[in-house]
Amino acid sequence: MRSGPPRAWAAGGAQSPMTKAAFIRICLLPLAVVVAAFFVLPMTRLVWIGASGRHGIAAYAAIVLEPRYAASLLDTVLLALATTVATLLIATVSGLFLQRRRFPGRALLVAMLTLPLAFPGVVIGFLIILLAGRQGLLGDITLALFGQKLVLAYSLAGLFLGYLYFSIPRVILTIMAAVEKLDPSLEEAARTLGAGSWAIHRDIILPALAPALIASGAIAFATAMGAFGTAFTLATDIDVLPMLIYTEFTLSANIATAAALSVGLGLVTWAILALARIYGGNTVAANG
Amino acid sequence: MRARAIFAAQLTFTLLVAAFLIVPAVQSMLAGVTANYFRGIRSGLTLQWVQQVWQLYADTILRSFVIALATLGVTLVVGVPAAYGLHLRGGRLSRVVEEIITLPLAIPGLAIALALLLTYGGLSSFRRSWLFIMVGHVVFTLPFMVRSVLAIFAATDVKTLDESAASLGASPLRRFRDVIVPNARPGILAGSLMVVTLSLGEFNLTWMLHTPLTKTLPVGLADSYASMRLEIASAYTLVFFVMIVPLLVAMQIFAGYRNDPAGRHQ
Repeated sequence: MRSGPPRAWAAGGAQSPMTKAAFIRICLLPLAVVVAAFFVLPMTRLVWIGASGRHGIAAYAAIVLEPRYAASLLDTVLLALATTVATLLIATVSGLFLQRRRFPGRALLVAMLTLPLAFPGVVIGFLIILLAGRQGLLGDITLALFGQKLVLAYSLAGLFLGYLYFSIPRVILTIMAAVEKLDPSLEEAARTLGAGSWAIHRDIILPALAPALIASGAIAFATAMGAFGTAFTLATDIDVLPMLIYTEFTLSANIATAAALSVGLGLVTWAILALARIYGGNTVAANG
Repeated sequence: MRARAIFAAQLTFTLLVAAFLIVPAVQSMLAGVTANYFRGIRSGLTLQWVQQVWQLYADTILRSFVIALATLGVTLVVGVPAAYGLHLRGGRLSRVVEEIITLPLAIPGLAIALALLLTYGGLSSFRRSWLFIMVGHVVFTLPFMVRSVLAIFAATDVKTLDESAASLGASPLRRFRDVIVPNARPGILAGSLMVVTLSLGEFNLTWMLHTPLTKTLPVGLADSYASMRLEIASAYTLVFFVMIVPLLVAMQIFAGYRNDPAGRHQ
């Protein structure tokens, strides 16, 4: 789409008062101004301020060296990993099922699974409280069944449920689209050669889905790393990285540290998505 | 027999997943119209909570619409010509530019908000106005508009169209207005729906950028979750759903969301 021979745009440009090249420059000018002023400049300043605190450039090393920050980073990474693995497992089972089988009510089921696509993190936090909070449905059910109220919402488990809620619809859609593009003749061939259903899934379907799994897994991971809304709503004793940045900035007024931590967080999420793009195809993060 | 058992197991599993997603959403919608949540639906249905939400938060709802429409305006004016320029120009520089404008999607909103605050927080009249929030939304939604329009250009061979119009003597401006924009309409529509939906629901950036006088709908939601009774928080969430779900449905109809589910949001 972008490569190709040089374009012969002199044809039209020569007759009009403005050349084509000049018009293209005018088209790109507003973008250049907006992006330079409101993204490139601020991000450069953020990196600069991150290194301007008491510890200078060593502030960046503190992310992994200072025990409190390192612990928060580890928690955040583990939580994001758990979310990613669980989402991929759930979405692969349901995505394959929904794309392969036709049954009454299927369209409704797909609609129900995609409805939460537009829900922001804050709202999902509230839904998790309704589901697993102090007066939640889960508590009522476990109280009736086992005589004990199960409350998950305000801990890492609640955050895990929230990120799962956020990621499942996106990943299911990506996997359904990938399943649709699978080549059925490969499976036919394997079947005539005597391969069982398990072997076909392991050797043909899953490898063919790998790019979609990598791409959507990376989005789930990056989103869970950087998400703020859900943690903010559930926040009681959760110290994931985005919450730590927020408290450093607003409560402790520790601006250089907050800047260094957010640059570190941004680098991690960007690197994950860039890697996934190399190995899995196009990815764009979701901002939870 | 075995095949039926597998089908039943997969269906049950998928139904459970759907229940996990839908049950809390329905719970919250019901709670918003229930007289007393803790006594349940038996306590009767009421619209009093929705009315109270309107009294308490009407300004946040209106402000969110203003910001979403202004964000849309800016992304249209900036994004559509930019997509055209990037597509025609091609080459490595265009790819680098596309890469840079897509970066805000790979970086957590919190970091972008912090960067904007540290750079422009000192300009107090800008800082205090809703334009400050709009700027954050523009940075975050612009890549969706540009990519959405670029995708259409790539699919419709707009270069040939443009060159034919040029060979007939149409000026660049006229070609852009009469040939390019009409042909890009599906991409512009898809991008616009995305921008408005994302802006209305944006919280990560907005929470950091807002002031007590520039609260938006999602900021108000967080506020109500923390400090209001459950029925009011639920009614407010219900109002949000009523606004956002039609946009989502429209997006799925027009935008081919299913083909690019990742290319999105918040």
